[in-house]
Amino acid sequence: MIELIDIYKKFGDLDILKGISFSIKKGETFVIIGMSGTGKTVSLKHISGLLEPDEGQVLINGVEMSRASAKVKKDLRQKMGVVFQSGALINWLTVRENVALPLKEVGKFSLEEIYKIVDDKLRLLRLSGARDKMPSEISGGMKKRAGLARVLVRNPEIILYDEPTSGLDPLMSNIISDLIRQMQNDFGVTSVVVTHDMNSAYHIADRIAVLYEGEIIQCDSPEKIKNTDNPIVRQFVNGNINGPIRVN
Amino acid sequence: MTKILETLSQLGTRILAILEFAGFTISVLAEVIFHLKNFWFSRKVIIRQMYNAGVRTFIVVSIVALFTGMILALQSGIELMEFGLEEQVGNLVISTLSREMAPFVASIILIAAVGSAMAAEIGTMKVSEELDALEIMSINSIKFLVMPRVVALAIMLPVATIYSNILGVVGGAIVAKSHLNVSYANFYLHVLQSLHFKAVYVGLFKSFVFGLLIASVCCAKGLRASNGALGVGKVTRDSVVVSFLLVLIIGYFITEMFYREGL
Repeated sequence: MIELIDIYKKFGDLDILKGISFSIKKGETFVIIGMSGTGKTVSLKHISGLLEPDEGQVLINGVEMSRASAKVKKDLRQKMGVVFQSGALINWLTVRENVALPLKEVGKFSLEEIYKIVDDKLRLLRLSGARDKMPSEISGGMKKRAGLARVLVRNPEIILYDEPTSGLDPLMSNIISDLIRQMQNDFGVTSVVVTHDMNSAYHIADRIAVLYEGEIIQCDSPEKIKNTDNPIVRQFVNGNINGPIRVN
Repeated sequence: MTKILETLSQLGTRILAILEFAGFTISVLAEVIFHLKNFWFSRKVIIRQMYNAGVRTFIVVSIVALFTGMILALQSGIELMEFGLEEQVGNLVISTLSREMAPFVASIILIAAVGSAMAAEIGTMKVSEELDALEIMSINSIKFLVMPRVVALAIMLPVATIYSNILGVVGGAIVAKSHLNVSYANFYLHVLQSLHFKAVYVGLFKSFVFGLLIASVCCAKGLRASNGALGVGKVTRDSVVVSFLLVLIIGYFITEMFYREGL
């Protein structure tokens, strides 16, 4: 279970998060939506422990991630994976070596076992053909999928996705959305997804939280978000230019 | 009065930032030393970094070292000819090269060619979330990225220094023969006469320290990159400036420490 309790975060004079709270049940797929710059990725970074809140607590399975020691963070991250927006692949390693990296670092598997696991995941994500290519030789979408493969090889209990479908074609976007669902159904993975892609959000989410100006203004099932009475949420999910949200 | 206070406040902030970065660099170096126990596991990365630092800079080191020796021989030879002592040019060339010029020249080239690339590479990784990805995978960035680079440069800088000494002497010999009419045999005889063991090991010690410093500073700068491409450019420039200043300042103090009481 993931709990964010009254999280405040400032960068300089800018208030990014203004006391957000939510909890995510084990095995749930929780989607965070909102305009750019409203603190979605910052929320994700608090869950992964990459950022510390100014105030508030982040609990992962009851253990405090915020302000935890390096050892506690390391233990908590053993069960966690993050799919970064850009893929965040190491540029001097091939796709296969990148995906193998976390397994090699653990040191529990033989090289043969590692590459068997890696090749399975690459096949699952339709990346077998790019196995021996360098990150600079593949497309943005392929990098993203390789980043996802690198997460999947560790069989994490929690996966945090930062814009998993942005920059992907509709077909690949659906494949990734299905995969996120599949991870939940087959392995009981808890997922937190930050996205702008409303089709994907409706497809994968058990609950959707709408972040606006550093606060959660609605957190409900996809059906309720679709039929919301909140004018800000309605404007955002329908992409209307006119409404209470002022775009600067 | 307000203006003076503002300036003093800015100066104080700047000094604090310098001290904070110095502390950070020292902590990075200390962590590198701690992770030296993983030396064998990182051997492939270390060898690749040594290749970058050595083989890829081979031509530029060769040219600079050769011409440094030629300039030294020409400048000192012209003065020595005034006193009919041009045969002594070999002494001056090897003394200057082995004590100061070879470690300095090798360091400057490696700062420009390798240190700046280290800062830019790690800085780019920082701004493109690759370091975050490593952290999430519980892979220590210092062990994975910084330690191999520091080890590689600490090994390759003394090697580049020895090579610069040799090429510098060759350059000096060419000028001594062509411009000062000093035979190769005579030149090398004076070189060997003035080649003190202390000068060699102090020069190598200097270059080893410079290697540690340059790699630590450049990697530490890269680890602190922020603000996209602009930030990467800034840390790259800063890493070159700081490394250059450190080579000059630390170089002086090492010389002072070893030569305080003469040769």
